[in-house]
Amino acid sequence: MLRLPSFTYLQPSTLAEAVRMKADAGPEGSYVAGGTDLYPNMKRRQQEPRVVVSLMGIRELRGCEMRDAGCLVGPCITLTDLCTHPTIRQHYDTVAHAAELVSTPLLRNMGTLGGNLCLDTRCNYYDQTYEWRKAIDFCMKKDGHICWVAPSSPRCWAVSSSDVAPVMVALGAEFRLVGPNGERVVPAARLYANDGINYLTKQPDEILAAVRLPATDGWDATYHKLRRRGSFDFPVLGVAVWLRWDGRYVAAARVVLGGVGSRPQEVAEAGAALTGTDLSDESIGAAAEAAYRPAKPLDNTDFDLSWRKQMTRVYVKAALDELRARRR
Amino acid sequence: MGTRRKQPAALRVVGKAIRKVDATAKVTGVTRFADDLFLPRMLYAKLLRSPHPHARITGIDISQARALPGVKAVLTGRDLPIPFGILPVSQDEHALALDKVRFVGDPVAGVAAASEEIATAALDLIEVRYESLRPITDAEDAIAHPEPRIHDYGDGGNLHKLVNLEFGDVAEGFAAADLVREDLLFFEGSTHLPMEQHAAVADWSPLPDGKLTLWSSTQTPHYVHRALAKVLELAPAKIRVVATPNGGGFGGKSDPFSHEIVVAKLAMLTGRPVKITLTREEVFYCHRGRHPTLMWVKTGVKKDGAITAMHFKSLLDGGGYGSYGVASTYYTGALQTVTYHVPRYKFQGARAFTNKPPCGPKRGHGTPQPRFALEVQLDKIAEQLGMDPAELRLKHLVPANSLTANWLKIGSMGLGECIRKVVDGSGWKEKFRKLPPGQGIGLACSSYITGAGLPIYWNPLPHSGVQLKCDRGGGVTVFCGSTEIGQGSDSILAVLAAEVLGLDPFDIAVVTGDTDLTPVDLGSYSSRVTLMTGNACIQAAERARDVIASHAARKLDLPVERLAFADRRVFDVADPAHGLAFAEAVQLAEAAEGTIGTVGSYTPAPSPGKYRGAGVGPSPAYSYSACVARVDVDPASGIVRVPRVWIAHDVGRSINAATVMGQIEGSVYMGLGEALMEEMAYRGNRNVVHKIPSLLEYKSPTTLEMCDIVTYVVEDPDPNGPFGAKECGQGPLLPLPPAVANAVYDAVGVRIDEVPITPEKVFKALRRKEKGEEPRFGPTQFPDIAWPEPTRVAPPWEGGDGRAVEAGQGRSMADEPARARRR
Repeated sequence: MLRLPSFTYLQPSTLAEAVRMKADAGPEGSYVAGGTDLYPNMKRRQQEPRVVVSLMGIRELRGCEMRDAGCLVGPCITLTDLCTHPTIRQHYDTVAHAAELVSTPLLRNMGTLGGNLCLDTRCNYYDQTYEWRKAIDFCMKKDGHICWVAPSSPRCWAVSSSDVAPVMVALGAEFRLVGPNGERVVPAARLYANDGINYLTKQPDEILAAVRLPATDGWDATYHKLRRRGSFDFPVLGVAVWLRWDGRYVAAARVVLGGVGSRPQEVAEAGAALTGTDLSDESIGAAAEAAYRPAKPLDNTDFDLSWRKQMTRVYVKAALDELRARRR
Repeated sequence: MGTRRKQPAALRVVGKAIRKVDATAKVTGVTRFADDLFLPRMLYAKLLRSPHPHARITGIDISQARALPGVKAVLTGRDLPIPFGILPVSQDEHALALDKVRFVGDPVAGVAAASEEIATAALDLIEVRYESLRPITDAEDAIAHPEPRIHDYGDGGNLHKLVNLEFGDVAEGFAAADLVREDLLFFEGSTHLPMEQHAAVADWSPLPDGKLTLWSSTQTPHYVHRALAKVLELAPAKIRVVATPNGGGFGGKSDPFSHEIVVAKLAMLTGRPVKITLTREEVFYCHRGRHPTLMWVKTGVKKDGAITAMHFKSLLDGGGYGSYGVASTYYTGALQTVTYHVPRYKFQGARAFTNKPPCGPKRGHGTPQPRFALEVQLDKIAEQLGMDPAELRLKHLVPANSLTANWLKIGSMGLGECIRKVVDGSGWKEKFRKLPPGQGIGLACSSYITGAGLPIYWNPLPHSGVQLKCDRGGGVTVFCGSTEIGQGSDSILAVLAAEVLGLDPFDIAVVTGDTDLTPVDLGSYSSRVTLMTGNACIQAAERARDVIASHAARKLDLPVERLAFADRRVFDVADPAHGLAFAEAVQLAEAAEGTIGTVGSYTPAPSPGKYRGAGVGPSPAYSYSACVARVDVDPASGIVRVPRVWIAHDVGRSINAATVMGQIEGSVYMGLGEALMEEMAYRGNRNVVHKIPSLLEYKSPTTLEMCDIVTYVVEDPDPNGPFGAKECGQGPLLPLPPAVANAVYDAVGVRIDEVPITPEKVFKALRRKEKGEEPRFGPTQFPDIAWPEPTRVAPPWEGGDGRAVEAGQGRSMADEPARARRR
């Protein structure tokens, strides 16, 4: 069977201790929460940390409570706890729904919110064993020099495959990051960069220490996920839509796509096409068309890429139809 | 001898739903699979595999790996130079590549070390120099590029096998038809995906004993035994192969494998036990799964749907080695004739070598592909004739107790009853072509062999043997070489022995799959086990019953004919109170005759076909299935869901009603996966790597995709089956893909002439339909192949005698008698 390489496992109980341990380990260190992403990757030698710092013993990373007209969620909450949490279910059902769509029940019991938000980008040239990758002479994300998805490209095209991240971007959530140089708060969208290798703007030593969800009045949201099967599979397309209603009309809207680029991709034109409308068929069609155009899936996930692009229209429309039906 | 076939009313155990004899151990985690075995001082093995799809090995340096602390031995191809392979005609594998690698994943070196971690680390220290050769990416590529050759044998270039058989003049048959259709279809390759990854443990007791023991998750311990003897140059008596309970097989553990031979050799070299457990990725490389098959079928019919002639061509992508491929090739042409009457039939089959993991037998072995083609084409023919597809089929069924054009002997034939069951149960007549847009219903049928009529290597010996021992305490032990792969074969032995001897199945101890302890059974493949071990077991049990009865009769002062065996007693049928406990009866017999042990064996009757190639297709009995699938197709995305399937299966007679149901449902599940999503995908332009060798990305249905199943068990007892039983483990898979394809057409009016029926394909076909183009997705041409002269055989109704009109003749499953060296 595939074996984990040997590594040192550290269990800090405070954020400060964790940051210090990670800094001491240097580039050979890695944080881990539930481990459902990191450990399989380590077995395949996609990541080879010598020191693994677990965040699961840090109490302040595990809460979930309404505070200051929003909700503060600790990133080490498991996805199972997140999607069954009464507060989340009641006020942030879309977050619960997206979390519930991640992988399988067993993996949600281990995997965490923070882990899903920081999920390594995926590519079926990269999510392979060392021996497999050797057979294609590796790729630029690990051990190689070329992006096999787009061989003339200077960058890596691995895909953002989180279900919760597009929802966080659409909702306008904020992330608190704690590192050796103190802490900072960034809007969710700003955590992500459109590069398969450097897909997070978070510094390696920084810890995602809290997720702040916005106040719950006057908006609605939904998340639709395309994948082969009803469980287990990562999204090959995720559509998160957030709308602020003003009476019958849309005051503001954000349409965010997952699974089509190296980060959750907001399509501003789609949001603009909805603003000021009552979600008429025409506006939904225009938003779906606007989302379709920039969606640029490549041949590195399940399904045929041209079909995945076609499905952007279908899924954006379905998400908007759902929001319209809920309003009426 | 006792009476062989009792009336159904007399059956006490057969046909009931009983707990499998190994079920408790399985569900409580007590079962010891191969990977659960730990022996003192055991070493761990890993295999270095080729990163090249096609290359010559110009040098291997193992010195660094050998020097790594903890490494105990390193093997390369030169240590195991004798070739092997499951078929005598395809001895083309080496335990470790000798001078050439033929796919990414082909084993090149083996390491035994104190831990799996060390063995893994050692792999990276082995230096192999390769000289790349142009890879052959698929069957069409193999035809277009005879060079470089993957193997230096076969039927020319990169074609492994060419078959050309003609039963009667098909041209004349087509001329007599009112309608002639030609269709092209493609069936994608898929793998078995057993839950248990292959694992093996070898132990060697040093000279002068020199005895090798191999525990392995294999479906065919007898063939592994033979391969080990050949490659390791050991006498068969010096080798014991124990088949551990298989955590699923489905045909994927039916070949002798590299890893089995390598751990055996490593144990012999190191004098320590050696274990290997393959990774999931390595299981994809072992493969031996469904051949991707391109098919062209031309069928002529009269206005009433009666077939006048059929011409079928198949092109199989075989992968890097022979495996069962010659048999697979024949199987793509063998069973077209056993469902509906085909008076004239021509079959041309080709198997190509390609630089991918070898294909072989997967549940249905070579027959789901042509069945898909045939049943989809019949659906189209029915539509063109304006007939209900169920009626068309019912009108032209092959009669029971008949011969087919290609000389297969049909016994019981319950397909008509199967069709009526699913048609009535599904409300077919109210739904077909009448459901709202996006909803559809489709029907397909199939048949499968109940055991291959011929062994894999030519021999006149029984296919299955049983030894039965009666204990004076009243227990009975059945010894049989059969292999429990989850299908319930151990339980079959217990049920049949219990039925004959009047015991409870749980009174029977079953010892199976151990070449030291059990008589040969050829293995768990071709749906042969219930019929063949069953008949052998009944024979042994009846012989024991006769011995016991003769002494019990004397004691009870009754004629033997008056005795019955039931409820652990031997008693007077006319006065049940007058009798003995079974144990007492055994003691009487043992006191008089010594230890009570009997044997039974089974050899299929010779088949009537005598032409070269007639070895594939004959079977003691054919099972039949009919299936109706309901589908929902989303026209916006092309996504197909299958909410419900009705399936009827003619099993002859259920031995264990629970496992029959389980096998049918499991077949539906696997067929659904092949219909909708399973695909052995490779990146032809990227070194022909397997695109997705993982449980996550190789898509197989989860419980959420699984349909509801309404199952009808049809019992049309076959005279050759134990109590009339026929197979049920493979046949019910076959009608699923065509039923789904036909239902998709009913739902949205597009023909998807290839599986898997993915949303992309449906979406494209719907687009074509919108544009007024042919509403179809499927292959568009069949390549030109230089077929050999056909072997012409007259059908039975045209004065034939089962022999070829000209051309040569052969009898074994693999074309020619084995010239296996026996040591």
